[in-house]
Amino acid sequence: MAEELPDPDSSPYWEGINIGELRYQHCDHCSTSIFYPRSICPNCGKPDPIWQTSKGKGTIYACSVIHRAPPTYKEDTPYVVALVDLAEGFRMMSRIIDCDTNSVKVGQRVGVVYSKDSTGTQVPYFTPNNS
Amino acid sequence: MSLKRACAIAGVAESRLGVVPDSTVMTLQAEALVKALEEAGLEKSDVDAVFSSGNWGRLPQLQVAEYLGIQPVYSDNTSVGGASFEFHLGHAAAAIQAGLCKVAIILYGSTQRSRRERRIFEAHTDLGYQYETPYGLPIPVGAYALAASRHMAQYGTTSEQLAELAVSTRAWASLNPAAYRREKLTVDEVLDSEMIASPLHRLDCCLVTDGGGCVVVVSPDLAKSLPKPPIWLLGQGESHSHAQISEMPDLTITPAAESGKRAFSMAGIKHSDLDVVEIYDSFTITVLLTLESLGFCNPGGSGEFVSGNRTAPGGEFPLNTNGGGLSYCHPGQYGIFLLIESVRQLRGECGDRQVSNATLALASGTGGVLSSNSTCILGLE
Repeated sequence: MAEELPDPDSSPYWEGINIGELRYQHCDHCSTSIFYPRSICPNCGKPDPIWQTSKGKGTIYACSVIHRAPPTYKEDTPYVVALVDLAEGFRMMSRIIDCDTNSVKVGQRVGVVYSKDSTGTQVPYFTPNNS
Repeated sequence: MSLKRACAIAGVAESRLGVVPDSTVMTLQAEALVKALEEAGLEKSDVDAVFSSGNWGRLPQLQVAEYLGIQPVYSDNTSVGGASFEFHLGHAAAAIQAGLCKVAIILYGSTQRSRRERRIFEAHTDLGYQYETPYGLPIPVGAYALAASRHMAQYGTTSEQLAELAVSTRAWASLNPAAYRREKLTVDEVLDSEMIASPLHRLDCCLVTDGGGCVVVVSPDLAKSLPKPPIWLLGQGESHSHAQISEMPDLTITPAAESGKRAFSMAGIKHSDLDVVEIYDSFTITVLLTLESLGFCNPGGSGEFVSGNRTAPGGEFPLNTNGGGLSYCHPGQYGIFLLIESVRQLRGECGDRQVSNATLALASGTGGVLSSNSTCILGLE
């Protein structure tokens, strides 16, 4: 059964997204940046990582142009899903938008933008035009 | 402590494979169980341990044991994707070594083809998945596509090299009467097939079939008294590093790096000692990454390693000799078939596809989105 969203771990993240802030966590004990949000540091195991705000600049670690999509996103094809390494030292999944889908490359610099997805939820995307 | 020779495989069987419309997950598992026990020379009443990885219904471990009429004294429903069965073999060995059971069955069955269950499905939306779901990555293919894109960017691996693996695997399938796709395949046909999630084409992806399997695992004493030559577990290792692809530490290194190291060390053998290798091929890229993580080639070297028909029948490195998940069968979780084929190769039962004088085999299962791996080394002696 699906947990209700946002949940106690994710509330600060989604609240940030709604006001245009990309929030992540940092562990002051072992100096590790943490994403996705958790109640303990997955590196050293100490509790209560500290919330921080990212500048939203990063590089593409991996990317794929999706041609066969899950039903909800069928209308969007083709679209680019990527893993983005943020400058603050964490990695997240996103889409790369406002771009020629076939020109998106691993190593490319991108910056965050916010927009509503097809279900009406505001989510962070990335674009090469804002790097 | 080691699991070396802690148990042996005494019987293996598939159910009917491919499209089996007049079946359920239960009938397929029952079919495989009956054949595997017959081969092992054992009765159902001898079975005292059940290992399964069902993903149907509620409490699937209880359902399958109930259907078959087995009340085990040792029960393990470790379910870590398609690699579960290689985990099960290691766990069965440990339980047998501890004296907790003597005859374990490892079971699997799926009717995903006939029931038209979608392989590309909506991701879960809660907990960690809430940070991935909004982006519409098709699971599992999109996750493997991300890994392929990274490997290509980092090492210059090409779509042609991935296609070569699919072509060699199909050549093995053409020698296996039980394989679902047996017609000749070319590199160009792979490259011309529909792009699903770049850089992966349709023919970089495994089949969707029905099918089931059963492996009978017994104690060393018992193994020596049964009709088939025992196939010994010589080494096993297991690990998992993540559940979702955005959490995979390095998209080019799978948990096979950890499990493989343990399996080789336990067996006390070198890579070059192996005669036959069965590596989970959910996608072509899965095999390339696993070859590197297991240490068969250097990081980045797998594209070249599989090129030039090296892994095809007659090549220097017999790989996925039943035709793999790409061309033989893939009923959702394929790992049990890696064990079945390894055993048959070591017994010399494989007809046209038999690797000559095979005495050492490796079966390496990968599950989830490159998430879990267990590697087993099996031997005739």
